[in-house]
Amino acid sequence: MSALQSTLTINGLESASGFLEASVRTATPLALAALGECISERAGVINIGLEGAIIAGALGATVAAGAAGAGVGFAAGATAGVAVALLFALFTVWMRADQIITGTAITLLSLGLTGTLYRTVYGSVGVALSTPTVGVVPIPGLSSIPLIGHAFFAQPLVTYLLYLMVPLCAWWLVRTQAGLALRAVGEQPEAAIAAGIRPRRIQFAAVLFAGGMAGLAGATLVLAQAGTFVEGMSAGRGFIAIAVVVLGRWKPIGVAAAALLFGGANSVQTLFQAMGWQNVPYQLFLAVPYLLTLLVLAGASGRAAAPAALGKRETGER
Amino acid sequence: MLTASSTPVDQVAIPRSGSRTTAGETLAFVARTTALAGVALVVLVLLLVATGHDPAVALTALVRGAFGSWYAITSATLVRAVPLALAGLAVAIAFRAGILNIGAEGQLLMGAAIAAAVASVVGSLPAPIAIVCILLAGAAAGGAWASIAALLRQRFGVLEVISTIMLNFLAQYLIGWLVRGPLQEPTRINPQSKSLPDALHLPVLLEGTRLHVGVLLAIALAIGAWWWLKETAGGFRLRAVGANAAAAATTGQIRVGRTVVLAFVASGALAGLAGSVEFTGVTYALYDNFSPGYGFTAIAVALLARLNPIGVLATALLFGALEAGANAMQRDAGVPSVVVSVVEATLILSVVAAERWQSRSVARAESGT
Repeated sequence: MSALQSTLTINGLESASGFLEASVRTATPLALAALGECISERAGVINIGLEGAIIAGALGATVAAGAAGAGVGFAAGATAGVAVALLFALFTVWMRADQIITGTAITLLSLGLTGTLYRTVYGSVGVALSTPTVGVVPIPGLSSIPLIGHAFFAQPLVTYLLYLMVPLCAWWLVRTQAGLALRAVGEQPEAAIAAGIRPRRIQFAAVLFAGGMAGLAGATLVLAQAGTFVEGMSAGRGFIAIAVVVLGRWKPIGVAAAALLFGGANSVQTLFQAMGWQNVPYQLFLAVPYLLTLLVLAGASGRAAAPAALGKRETGER
Repeated sequence: MLTASSTPVDQVAIPRSGSRTTAGETLAFVARTTALAGVALVVLVLLLVATGHDPAVALTALVRGAFGSWYAITSATLVRAVPLALAGLAVAIAFRAGILNIGAEGQLLMGAAIAAAVASVVGSLPAPIAIVCILLAGAAAGGAWASIAALLRQRFGVLEVISTIMLNFLAQYLIGWLVRGPLQEPTRINPQSKSLPDALHLPVLLEGTRLHVGVLLAIALAIGAWWWLKETAGGFRLRAVGANAAAAATTGQIRVGRTVVLAFVASGALAGLAGSVEFTGVTYALYDNFSPGYGFTAIAVALLARLNPIGVLATALLFGALEAGANAMQRDAGVPSVVVSVVEATLILSVVAAERWQSRSVARAESGT
C-alpha cells in the first residue's frame, strides 16, 4: 500500500516537473517577443507585425545555422527580426502611417516571403531539413532543486539570457534617464518634446529592439526547440505576445509571469496525458489565458496600465 | 485615453459626403489603381526572377487559374471572392466608423460555429426556412461576438485592437473544443462536425459549377451598405463618428457611443454571415482551420477598396482571382502559392505610402512651404 502510494507521488512529482519544464520551454519564445513588444508599446508603438519578425527570425536562423552553426543562427535570427522591424518603423514612425494597418501588411509580407524563400532554397515540402540545435545547459546546484530546479535551470542558454534581460529591462525603464524618456514618449509625447526629447528617435530604437527580440524568439523556435523550419511556424505567437504584454500590465516582470502562464496553458495537455485524464477538453484550457487577459483589460486596474499614447500616429514632432 | 482609434484610419478613409464624382476624380482613381497594380506586378515579377522562376510561365498559369475557363472563373475565383467580400464589408463598415476591428476572423469563425450548431437542430424544418435560420444564426453569432469588444471599448476603454485579437484566439479554441466535443460527427473519429445534409446546402447558382447563391447575397449587401452609408441618417452618423468622434459628439445630435456599438455589431454580423455562408455554401462542415485567414485578408480587401462597399466587391474579386491563380501557379509553374501574400502586402503598403505622401503634400501646400 505504502509502496503504491510512494510510486504515485513520484509519478505526480515527475509529471509536475515535466509540466513546468514544458511550460518554461513554451514560454521562452513568447517572453522574448513580449519583452520587446513591452518596450515598444511603452514608447507608444503597438506592433501587430511582430508575427512577421518572429517568422523572419526563424528563417534567418535556419539559413545561418545551417551554414555557420547555432550561435551565428541566433545572431542572424535577431538581425532578420530587426530588418522586418525597420520596414515597420519606416512606415509607422517615419511616415506616421497607421500602426495596425502597417502591422497587418508586415505580417502578411513576412509569412509570404519566408514561405516563398524557404521553398525556393530548400525545395518543396516533404524534404526534411534539420538544423544544428543547442542543448540544455543545466546550472550546477540550482538545477537540482526539487520540482522547480530542473524546469527552470536546465534550459538552453537563450532562456538564461531572458532571465537576465527581464530584470534589466525593468530596471532600465524605471531607473534610467533613457527609460524615463521612453515612457514619456509613450504617455505624453507633447510633454516629452517640450523636455527636449525626440520621440521619433526613441520610437525607432524601441521598434528595432522589439524586432530583434522577436527575431531571437523565432531563432529559439528553430534552434532550441523544433530543430527545423516549418512554414508559418510562428503560429500566431506574435499575436499571443501582444496578449502577454497586456496580461503583464506593460511591465517586464509581469510580462515574464504572464508568458509563463500562457506557456503553462499550452503545456496542460501534456500534464493531462501524463496523469491519464484523456477526456478533459484541453482546448478550453488553451483559451483560459486569453479570457484572463480580457478580464484584466476590463478590470479597473487594467486601464491605468496602458501607455496613454499607445497606437497614436502623431507625436506632435515636426 | 485608451481608445487609440480617436484618430481613425483617415489616411485610407474618404468620408467625403455629397460631392459628385467628377471626370477628373475618376481619371485620378483609375490612374492610382493602375499605378498600384503596376507596383504589385513589378514586386511579383522581381520575386519570381529572384527565386528562379520564369515570370512569363508563372503569370500565364496565374491568369489561367483565375480566368482561364468558365469553371475557373465561377468555381475558383468567385467562390473564393464571396467570403472575402462579406468579411471585407465587415472591416470596411467598422473602419469607416473609426473602429479598428481586426476581429473579423473570430467573428467569422463564431458565425460558422453557431451555423453548424443550428444546422444540427433545424433538420425538420422546410429546407429554405432552415437555410435562412442557419445563415441568420451565423450573422447573430458574429454580431454577438463583436459586441463583446464593443462593450469593452465603450465601458472600459479597452483598445478594440487588443480585445479582438483575444476574441480571435478564443473563437479558434472554442471551435477546437466543439469539433471534438458537442458538435463532433457521430462516429467520433475525425475532429469535425457532421456534414451538412444536401438539402441544407446553399443552392448552386450555375449548373455544373460550385458557385452558390452567396455571391448574390454579397453583391446585394455591398450595394445596400453603399446606399445606407451614403443616403441614410444612420450612415451619415457612422461616417461623422469615424471622421471625427469629438466633433460628432459636440453637435449634440449624435450619440457617439451608440453609433460605435451599432457599427461594431453590424460589422461582426457581416463577418459572421461570411462564416455561415462559407459553411452552407462551400465546406459543409466545421473543423479546425475552417478559415484560411479570410478575416485577415479582408482587412487588405477593405483597405484596397478605400473602405468603399462597392469597391470591396472589386477588390474581393481581385483577391479571389489572386488566390485561385496562385493555386494554379503552384501546380503548373512550381511557384509557392504563398507568394500572393507578398502581393497583398505590397498592395496595402503601397496604398498606405501613397496616402501618406498625398496628405503630406497637401499639408505642405496649405502651410505654404
